[in-house]
Amino acid sequence: MANETSTQVQETPQATHISKEDPKAVHPLGEPMIQLENVNKWYGDFHVLKNINLEVRKGEIVVVAGPSGSGKSTMIRCINRLEEYQEGSIKVKGIEVNNDVKNLKKVRANVAMVFQHFNLFPHLTILENLTLAPVWVYKKPKKEAIETAMHYLEKVNIADQANKYPNQLSGGQQQRVAIARALCKSPDIMLFDEPTSALDPEMIGEVLDVMVKLAEEGKTMITVTHEMGFARKVADRVIFMDAGQIVEENDPETFFHHPESERLQLFLKQILNH
Amino acid sequence: MAVYPPQPAKEPPLTARGPIAWIRHNLLSSPYNIAFTILGLAILYWTVPPFIKWAIIDAHFAGDSKSACTGGGACWVFIKEKLDMFLFGFYPHDQLWRPKSVFAAVLALGAFAKFVPGLHRLKLTLIVLFPVFAYLMLHGGHFGLPLVETSKWGGLLLTLVIASVGIVLSFPIGILLALGRQSKLPIIKSLSVFYIEFVRGVPLITVLFMASVVLPLFFPEGVNFDKLARALIGITFFEAAYVAENIRSGFQAIPKGQYEAADALGLGYWQKMALVILPQAIKVTIPNLVGTFISLFKDTSLVMIIGLFDLLAMVNVTANDRDWLGMDTEGYVFVAFIFWIFTFSMSMYSKRLEKRLDTNNK
Repeated sequence: MANETSTQVQETPQATHISKEDPKAVHPLGEPMIQLENVNKWYGDFHVLKNINLEVRKGEIVVVAGPSGSGKSTMIRCINRLEEYQEGSIKVKGIEVNNDVKNLKKVRANVAMVFQHFNLFPHLTILENLTLAPVWVYKKPKKEAIETAMHYLEKVNIADQANKYPNQLSGGQQQRVAIARALCKSPDIMLFDEPTSALDPEMIGEVLDVMVKLAEEGKTMITVTHEMGFARKVADRVIFMDAGQIVEENDPETFFHHPESERLQLFLKQILNH
Repeated sequence: MAVYPPQPAKEPPLTARGPIAWIRHNLLSSPYNIAFTILGLAILYWTVPPFIKWAIIDAHFAGDSKSACTGGGACWVFIKEKLDMFLFGFYPHDQLWRPKSVFAAVLALGAFAKFVPGLHRLKLTLIVLFPVFAYLMLHGGHFGLPLVETSKWGGLLLTLVIASVGIVLSFPIGILLALGRQSKLPIIKSLSVFYIEFVRGVPLITVLFMASVVLPLFFPEGVNFDKLARALIGITFFEAAYVAENIRSGFQAIPKGQYEAADALGLGYWQKMALVILPQAIKVTIPNLVGTFISLFKDTSLVMIIGLFDLLAMVNVTANDRDWLGMDTEGYVFVAFIFWIFTFSMSMYSKRLEKRLDTNNK
């Protein structure tokens, strides 16, 4: 993070002209939404997460990169407790993520997740996928839930498919539906777990476009991805993980052009040079 | 380098479609296949015509006593004369309108549910109320209907009562057992596993004997628990174990991501199971479930050994009638036919249900 302050100082004089195209200037970063302190996790004897410290503020867009098996997905899955951790503490909007069922309920109401393999419910139509949680968990009237669902489906440009089943859609369409489903409970925080890794190359763009749109609206987002173009375009901060720990954390400019750690230099060389 | 224009799609060549291609491909594709085709035709030739001759051409339909049947054909007069016995057992003759109206109500309800659109709440209410209506009608003792003991129920009526009660009650119990077996709580899990494995290791006859002979020992003296009710309890709990195993196999077909997505959306355990996991698990397991229910339907004939007279048992009863001695063959063929109609319809229904619930390739 050493470079962040210096970058900000450099950018300050240009702030007026940046504000027109840089959404971050319109939505200044707010209070902390997610706080991970000294989080440690083991699978049996295997130490998957080592002393993770991370704070994400309201409106901030954090991209997590790193080789497979580095613990990226595990880390964000700890935030909505799809995974348990053994040491340290995770707080979402100040609520401790632990065994307490009440806390878990509040956390999951605030945090939505988009998965690599979409995980839409194949026995329900698109619309039913979107209204399921609002109607049953958040007790919204059905009519209101449908209106909200259609609003988000329009936002991801897929409203015309509302009455189809997930398996009738292409991968890119399914992932956009999954994003709309995640948005339906109006979460404060969106977690994306490699949202484009299972897609055909032709469909990656349409999903990234939706994510960029969300980022521009000031949604707090943590995204695990290999899409470095996306990271460059919208991230406030890029985090590099390797072997269960955070190795480097920087603003995108420094991250991609002047990486500090050797491990990240090697990683960037491997993914960018082909 | 070159650029190729898009090509239009063509029909496949004539030799690859149509009935001739089908016969060539499926019946005559290899020497073995030809041999099996000939063998199959021979078996059909040796069995089907003689059976048709016996059952239809030489058969006797008219008349009202054994003397109407002379010669070698089947004597369907027997079935005609004993039809009430086959259908209703020893149900009093002057009260037969009661089971008949219950049957009619089943048909009417089925037609109403299938052909009248909408009205879901009314349909559900009627379906829930139907067993009460059927019980009051069949058993009587209220509203001026004379009491008909369950020991008098028999034939197809008894078979259907046992099978439908067994299917309807074992289903929810089986679901609970399957959920128990998946549970993270060790006590619930081991109890469910123990129950399922114990029941599956015991023959149904033993369970029926236990229900009929051992169960009454637990009741205080003088309390006489209905024999049919005991058989129903035994069969329901027996089938529940099999249903549980079927549904568990369905659970295993559900990807982990479905659980995670439900969790991430904030669904609680019961919501997750009822809205996301069970509908999918039951869908993939429909063929197995229907298989279990078909075998339950046929297993109902085992109640014979605790002294209940189901459809199959009625063959013995009617063919032992002094006026109709030696009619077992006709009786068994008729009963087999009835069993087949019901099991085959169940199997057809399951196929249609599978197709209707298939959301993968619509």
